[in-house]
Amino acid sequence: MLEVTGLHVAYGGIQAVRSITFHVGAGETVALIGANGAGKSSTLKAIARVVDAAGGDIHFCAEKISRIAAHEVIRKGIALVPEGRGVFARLSVLENLRMGAYICDAAAEVAQDMETVFAYFPRLKERARQLAGTLSGGEQQMLAIGRALMSRPKMLLLDEPSMGLAPIMVQKIFEVVRAVAADGMTILLIEQNARLALQCSQRAYVMESGEIVLNGESAKLLDDPKVRAAYLGE
Amino acid sequence: MDILLQQIINGLVQGSIYALVALGYTMVYGIMGLINFAHGEVVMIGTLVSITVAGSLIEAGMPVSLAGMAGLSASVLACMALGWGLERIAYRPLRNAPRLTPLITAIGMSIVLQNLAMMIWGRNYLTFPSFLPKIDFELAGANFTAIQVIIVVVSATTMGGLLLLVYRTKLGMAMRATAQNPAVASLMGVNINRVIAAAFVIGSALGALAGVMVGSYYEIAHYQMGFMLGLKAFTAAVLGGIGNLAGAMLGGVLLGIIEALGAGYIGDLTGGFLGSNYQDIFAFVVLIVVLMFKPSGLFGEKTGDRA
Repeated sequence: MLEVTGLHVAYGGIQAVRSITFHVGAGETVALIGANGAGKSSTLKAIARVVDAAGGDIHFCAEKISRIAAHEVIRKGIALVPEGRGVFARLSVLENLRMGAYICDAAAEVAQDMETVFAYFPRLKERARQLAGTLSGGEQQMLAIGRALMSRPKMLLLDEPSMGLAPIMVQKIFEVVRAVAADGMTILLIEQNARLALQCSQRAYVMESGEIVLNGESAKLLDDPKVRAAYLGE
Repeated sequence: MDILLQQIINGLVQGSIYALVALGYTMVYGIMGLINFAHGEVVMIGTLVSITVAGSLIEAGMPVSLAGMAGLSASVLACMALGWGLERIAYRPLRNAPRLTPLITAIGMSIVLQNLAMMIWGRNYLTFPSFLPKIDFELAGANFTAIQVIIVVVSATTMGGLLLLVYRTKLGMAMRATAQNPAVASLMGVNINRVIAAAFVIGSALGALAGVMVGSYYEIAHYQMGFMLGLKAFTAAVLGGIGNLAGAMLGGVLLGIIEALGAGYIGDLTGGFLGSNYQDIFAFVVLIVVLMFKPSGLFGEKTGDRA
């Protein structure tokens, strides 16, 4: 579904991503793990066209998307949940969700999708009228994921959904991520919490200094001594 | 007592105009953090366009009220195009430049537009065709005219419409989202360029309306009139909290009233030393006081709370 070939991302003279190639199949949950600064987030941003790729190609559903405008990406069916959540603090929860459905014009569909999101995250329904800035970090992460789902994406890109959250909240968020995946969503997940990412993905790529150094089935990587030593702290 | 009421009415009228112009500053600032110092010149060009169009239509024998409407429409359209062009040509290429660069560009555009207007319309004061009936009303010893009533009513209606647009429509929601976090708004599918252009176009349309009202109120216009009007409206926007729509509205009306009261009483206050022609002092005293004691303005949000 998503094919990334020879992707380069550079900031000024600094190479953040050096020629990486990977793919995500329809219905798969794939994790991209690695240490801080390994280039995971840059990879995701390049796919979402938030940053320009310095080289390489990105194809989505057999269509080249590496040169389209940033606001067109979501119309192709890719929704990014940005690092740090990026909720609109001074819009209400409802308005944030409606922003997620910005590309949908049918009010009935939007209302229906909102019920789907509320089913995943009942907490958001309780807080519907509150300003997003008054939510806790975990609730904001729920809102960010819910907002991304509102666009009826074919694929979800999650950038560090566990960042800065209490363990109990992380658990809740990942329960929903699993549920969304079980409902057929294709997911590319970026996590510093490698164990968590490997536990809820089918395949994973390990990045180091802008390159993919390992890849394989998540269950096998969990048992790989190198991964255990480097990323699982054992 | 009748002076007090009279000056409050005068201030309300002047303040409505400030408010409309202030909205243009505040919308652009709210969305992209730019003080568009050329906005006063947009208003000036709006006034002059309406004079030319309405004037020549009246000369051609069109009924005065129709010509007035045509002048207003032409002025609004011209200013919308001008606002769009300003953003496209002057500011968009500087979107990622350091903050000072677009600010200096704005001042430059203001000078360019002023000189352009001077070349087109000349240096002389132009008389504004009076296309509104001259009817006077009296209330508790204070006099006011039909024009004054129309200015206040039209401004209030327009501002109500703007609030509906911003808080009840999809474009408005996209504008608010873009103001808070343009990168994420773009992820949601919002074309940031279009939203920013919309802010300029809407602000300029409001400016044109204000310009026509200023023209029909004072019945004269001049290629430099945008400078002082723009500065006062900018002061009003700062007073209300720049970036905040309701703030610009309240700030405009407050500034108008403060100025009118100041002009009414400055003679008494200084024992006749300063006359009402010194009324401009008050706007800038307000600006300085606000900047010193509450730089975020009445409704201002703390800066740096972007999500």
